[in-house]
Amino acid sequence: MRTFYKITAMILTLMMIVGMAGCAPAAPAGPVTIHILTMDQAGLKPAEIDQIARDFEAKNPDIKVVMEYVGYDYVHDKIVTGMAAKPPAYDAAMIDVIWPDEFIKAGYLLDVTSKVTPEMKSGIFPAAWYGVARNGKIYGMPWLMDVKYFMYNKDILQQAGFTAPPKTWEEMVEQAKVIKQKGLAEYPITWSWNQKEGVVCDFTTLLFGNGGAFLDANGKPAFNNEKGVQVLTWMKQTVDDGLTNPSAVSSDEMAVEADFLAGKSAFASNWLFQYADSNDATKSQVVGKIEFAPMPVFKAGADAGLASSSVDGSSSFAVMATTPYADQTWKFLTYLASNEVQMKYSANMLPIWQADYEGDSLNTLLGASPTNPVTVPAFKAQFPYANERPTVPYYNEASAALQLAIQEALTGVKTPQQALDEAAAKWVTLGAK
Amino acid sequence: MEKSIGIPKRRRTLRDQDVRIAWFLIAPSLLIILGVTLWPIIYTFILSFFVAPTGINQARTFVGFGNYLSMLRDQAFWDTVKRTLYFTTVSVTLELIIGLAIAQLIHSRPWSWKFLRFALIIPWAVPTIVNGAMWRWIYSADFGALNGILFQLGLIKHYIPWLTKPDTAMNLVIVADLWHTVPFVALILQAALAGLPEELNEAAAVDGANALQRFWFIRLPLLRPAILVALIVRTVEAFRVFDIVYIITGGGPANSTITISYLTYLFSFSYGKQGTGAALSFIISIFTITMAIFYIRFLYRPEETQ
Repeated sequence: MRTFYKITAMILTLMMIVGMAGCAPAAPAGPVTIHILTMDQAGLKPAEIDQIARDFEAKNPDIKVVMEYVGYDYVHDKIVTGMAAKPPAYDAAMIDVIWPDEFIKAGYLLDVTSKVTPEMKSGIFPAAWYGVARNGKIYGMPWLMDVKYFMYNKDILQQAGFTAPPKTWEEMVEQAKVIKQKGLAEYPITWSWNQKEGVVCDFTTLLFGNGGAFLDANGKPAFNNEKGVQVLTWMKQTVDDGLTNPSAVSSDEMAVEADFLAGKSAFASNWLFQYADSNDATKSQVVGKIEFAPMPVFKAGADAGLASSSVDGSSSFAVMATTPYADQTWKFLTYLASNEVQMKYSANMLPIWQADYEGDSLNTLLGASPTNPVTVPAFKAQFPYANERPTVPYYNEASAALQLAIQEALTGVKTPQQALDEAAAKWVTLGAK
Repeated sequence: MEKSIGIPKRRRTLRDQDVRIAWFLIAPSLLIILGVTLWPIIYTFILSFFVAPTGINQARTFVGFGNYLSMLRDQAFWDTVKRTLYFTTVSVTLELIIGLAIAQLIHSRPWSWKFLRFALIIPWAVPTIVNGAMWRWIYSADFGALNGILFQLGLIKHYIPWLTKPDTAMNLVIVADLWHTVPFVALILQAALAGLPEELNEAAAVDGANALQRFWFIRLPLLRPAILVALIVRTVEAFRVFDIVYIITGGGPANSTITISYLTYLFSFSYGKQGTGAALSFIISIFTITMAIFYIRFLYRPEETQ
């Protein structure tokens, strides 16, 4: 038994050491070190932001910038835990378009209304301010204007005998059936329908494209009416028919990209980053084969005059209310979002500055990266059709209820009507509190 | 037990001094331990009686047992409890069976047993988060190793979208968890086996007991204290499972892998309801303490420990 106790003691000691390793003290600060949290997904790549941070440090030797990148789905909770500390773990963080109401209510975001210059206010697209402006106040710096784009594999469509991309979702299903029949793709359509925000984004695109809406005129949930049920029934049907890759139920946007860039699917809805990546030979087997088309709508929507429907996925950066380095942080954020920097790094993220899309600046923008002659027109064509998800402080819990409902319907646990009704009832309960 | 042997008074004073010095020496670490464990526990307990939104200077409302009651009345909560109990029961049972088998294998000193024992430490030493990330890739529907192997062996014709079926996703998480936790059980049991007196075994062999009988009637009862340790540690850990679920499935599909710790996390950090989260963590504590008491009451026999 002695050996047993010895080894048990060793194991327990080891466990304690491993546990303590997580509590290592932070590195000592230089002149002023600011910590910025953002996502490693849409918008600029970590390597690009790192380069911007180094350039900023060269111009501002008294400020050191430490960037932290996490998957999009982890940013929200990292902000919440980071704000529990004093001073906060992050001096600024990327804020998705669905979070400002919750974070403003929680007192996390610094009111920067007085710091915003008239040039910023008039120079940046009004739609970009939507993510940080509430009740006449501004709580951050717009950074990224993104929207879900519809992309298709030109080669596969041609081989299937189609000369044009689909204009309606019904048309896409018809094309997908032919593509599958001819063996050009086992699953012609790929989506990010895992139990995260990605599925709500795609649902938003489809719901508004069917003439539906989240809330009715009285602010009551309306996504469970016949328009919403039709959408969810259609989603499930594409899975059951083997047209949508069944892995969609566990896929996020990165998985969609991996599938699409491997040439395994013909149609994908994703954020802008997928296009630049599709032309990167180190990641993609479909270089030069991917094209944009306006995001389709359902036939009912098209008949009602809808040309396209997508979802707003813009994001901003906000200074955390409790940071001791508000001025330094704001300085970095304005540099990060400045016209000069955004123009330079426009390959993965198009500028938020209106003037860049007019006159001589437009020529500069089109020449700034080899993909810009394609992405700039695509952005101008798609962004006006970006629909918003509800702006409520309890958005996350409401979204979780909707994610659950969609997954329950997709996996056959509940019928679309039953699942959406339950989510709608949950929204009512949440709104009543 | 130490027996009183009539220590002279002078020595007792010295002993008192020793005690005082001992307290003095451990005081700093004791303070830290109380600060980082006891105070958060008390604070969480207080929090569990309030509606406490996350945020800075948020007003808190006292609701008594409201947070507890709203959870206990919620069907979704009980579904989560059932799911967590399923995870705990299945994974701990399999861990014990496989762990014991591996321990017995190493104990029988086969060729390369030292390498085997060393190799066993690797999956256990890998952090759970890394293990989870690895298994998420193994299960990847389009690029995963599992599909790759099964396909190349000709066992499947089409890649299977693992983790997309609510009724099997939890089992896949359990497999990933087993890979990580079986070594812990195996190491504990192997160490215990190594410490067992061989004479009993040999005597039984002389008396004509076969290998299975010797294992069942001699080794297993002697292993009881070690099994108890493994059982308690693993049950408590399994019941609180969080990170592997967080990484592999994120609770999906359709909530089928949301465990009670994950639910606690969602309420506390994603939904901004710290009071509900605090109440849930106390409910978890009640469950785990109950289980530990149950084990000790029914399995622990002090006369068997040495």
